[in-house]
Amino acid sequence: MLEMKGIRKAFGPVKVLHGVDLEVRDGEVHALLGENGAGKSTMMKILCGIVRADEGTIVIDGKERSFEHYDEAIQAGVGIVFQEFSLIPYLTAVENIFLAREIKTGGFLARKAMRKRAREVLDKLGVDVPLNVPVADLSVAEQQFVEIAKALSLDARILVLDEPTATLTPSETEHLFKVMRDLRSQGVAIVFISHHLEEIYEIGDRITVLRDGEYVGTRDVGSISTDELVEMMVGRRIENNFPPKPPAAPNAEVVIDAAQIQLRKNGPVSTFQLRKGEILGFAGLVGSGRTETALSILGAYPAASVKVEINGTPGAPANPSEALARGIGLLPESRKDQGLITSFSIMQNISINNYGKYRTLKYFLDLSEERKHTTKVMEDVQVKAPGPDVPVDTLSGGNQQKVVIARWLNHHTPILIFDEPTRGIDVGAKSEIYHLMRQLTEEGYSIIMISSELPEVMGLSDRVCVFRSGAIVATIEGDEITSEDIMKHATTGKLRYVA
Amino acid sequence: MSHDAETQRSSSPVHTVLASIKHSPLLLPLVGLIVVSIAMAFASDNFFSVDNLVNVLRQQSIIGILAIGMTFVILTGGIDLSVGAVMALCGTLGAGVMVNMGLPGWLGLLAMIVVGILFGLFNGILVAWGKMPAIIVTLATMLIARGLGLVYSGGYPISGLPGWVSWFGIGRIGGIPTPIIIMVVLYALAWVLLQRTAFGRHVYSIGGNETAANLSGVNTKRIKLFVFMISGFTSAMAAIVLTGRLMSGQPGAGVAFELDAIAMVVLGGTAIAGGRGLILGTLIGAILLGIINNGLNLMGINPYLQDVIKGLIILLAIYIGREWR
Repeated sequence: MLEMKGIRKAFGPVKVLHGVDLEVRDGEVHALLGENGAGKSTMMKILCGIVRADEGTIVIDGKERSFEHYDEAIQAGVGIVFQEFSLIPYLTAVENIFLAREIKTGGFLARKAMRKRAREVLDKLGVDVPLNVPVADLSVAEQQFVEIAKALSLDARILVLDEPTATLTPSETEHLFKVMRDLRSQGVAIVFISHHLEEIYEIGDRITVLRDGEYVGTRDVGSISTDELVEMMVGRRIENNFPPKPPAAPNAEVVIDAAQIQLRKNGPVSTFQLRKGEILGFAGLVGSGRTETALSILGAYPAASVKVEINGTPGAPANPSEALARGIGLLPESRKDQGLITSFSIMQNISINNYGKYRTLKYFLDLSEERKHTTKVMEDVQVKAPGPDVPVDTLSGGNQQKVVIARWLNHHTPILIFDEPTRGIDVGAKSEIYHLMRQLTEEGYSIIMISSELPEVMGLSDRVCVFRSGAIVATIEGDEITSEDIMKHATTGKLRYVA
Repeated sequence: MSHDAETQRSSSPVHTVLASIKHSPLLLPLVGLIVVSIAMAFASDNFFSVDNLVNVLRQQSIIGILAIGMTFVILTGGIDLSVGAVMALCGTLGAGVMVNMGLPGWLGLLAMIVVGILFGLFNGILVAWGKMPAIIVTLATMLIARGLGLVYSGGYPISGLPGWVSWFGIGRIGGIPTPIIIMVVLYALAWVLLQRTAFGRHVYSIGGNETAANLSGVNTKRIKLFVFMISGFTSAMAAIVLTGRLMSGQPGAGVAFELDAIAMVVLGGTAIAGGRGLILGTLIGAILLGIINNGLNLMGINPYLQDVIKGLIILLAIYIGREWR
């Protein structure tokens, strides 16, 4: 069906693919696995004609192909659903599915015909998506189904799904897998990129592993163990993902004392304390108010009421700049949209909020000091890059995340809020970030970690605040931190209101 | 990755220099400047005379000064359409202070600067705190500034200024026209602000990714306010030069100057969406536009046709710059 052979690609001096092979058969779900920066996304972009390979061949149905443009790949039956969706938010599902190839009668849009056709495709997927509302109003899962429908309406026989489950709830993921199984039985070849091994075991038929732009191998899912897979990915065994938790300090001082946070008017209220030197997990389902609560402490979310004391000083910061002055830093949920200035170098991204540190004559930047300091923190958190002047948008996700962390270490904000610190990051980098977080708390930093991954919450948190429907419903610690307990609170916990 | 790091470190300094030239946003504006200069030199014998080149710089100085503030605003991803009208208002009110109110000349100049900065403050507050798009805000304040100047003066120029004021427009320091000196000094100050202060980095960061800058603790509203105030200030400085040159306050001066200023910024390689660009590029853009004007004049081309040619050159320049990136 699809065969990519000896694919090589370099961006300037950085070689990202050194001769990678990929062979996908009809009616199989082929998982493409590798750490961030292993070259998965670049492979897929080459397949779709978005990026051109320097060397190598692409064969589809026995015919050698070379795509100059995405359109040509579509013509050849390739469809891709990107990590960042490419839907137009203000258009409806129908309009999105038929974007740029609208069905027309006599120069006018044949709205009925398009609706009917869209409905057919979505029915084929077995999903029910409202067709009349802008896709921005749909859930992430529904948007994804619209993307898949768009690809299928183009008669895609090779469907690439790039981390489709990253933002889905478990039940939505289940639904997606059902759709994938149906498509597989219809003979569609699916390339599935995911960092979740359990998902690959559940849905995948075969796996191709890449590491640092090299082809490591292709295996049947049934004949390989998790340990073997992880070893193929990282080239080394990861023995323990989570660093050990230190015993709880009996009288640790309270750095954030949130007496009452109410996100919406008349909504439920939360109470929590963050103690010095601990990792406080914020768990709960997506949309349960974890991020909003954390952002309200920074002055970045307009909550109805925030009664909070930070290091003994009452009052919430009005904006993130004030939060910074009071020692709170944020590692936001989305590196690209909220974390990094992508046009800046690594150095400029790290030093952005702490120029006070390297100044001469009071007002001027001391560029050599800046370089010295940022290079040091960059090495402390092990950003893998040739130097501090490298543009940050050329780094892999894990390394970009480390750059944002380095920014706060450079500033020494003693309170850190990490929102989904390991989203879209490979196993190796995850483990590095876990150890880094524990190392930070040992140095006296206090961390709030928002995470949708239960193992992460359980493995790393000293205490866990469980959210449900906009507020904290329970705070648990020690042996109580089990997945059963967290899920129980997250689904049935009792909300507290103020009179 | 480690392998690539090795090869990068071992590459010679010559390569590094070449690479940095290749990626410099100044490369294309400079090449454009050289190409156009050579073309003009062939087309006209008078082009490469010192007098003519000084003349080009002097002619560009007023809009060139406006383009400094414009660069700051555009780097944050905004735009300031009010610069020409604010300049006219500054000149008119400043002349009014000197002539109608009979106050000393230096107070008139000070009034120009205060008016310019206040207008920038007004723009900045509306954009940063009012959360309105800069293009609409400054379109409206352009009308307001223009109208205020005409109302105050009744539409007539205000003349009768103290003689020394002309020094700012037609004076010389060591043989070099004062407007050129003022312009170059302001460019140097702008360079220091942008490249050597935290403020400058924050300006770039907002144009690069405003959300990320805000969440990292950059006070984005304050920075936006400052860039508009800088633009107001450079409008006032342009007004001082203009007033010195015309020896009067002209309420109708500077129509469409904002467009030439934007053209200079863009020709200088600054991204219109913000985040990328250099102030030196704007200076090159200003000279480039001046040379084109001057060359077309020397060649005796119909003034109406000149605008067409200028427009085409700008389009071509932007197209090449786009393809390059």
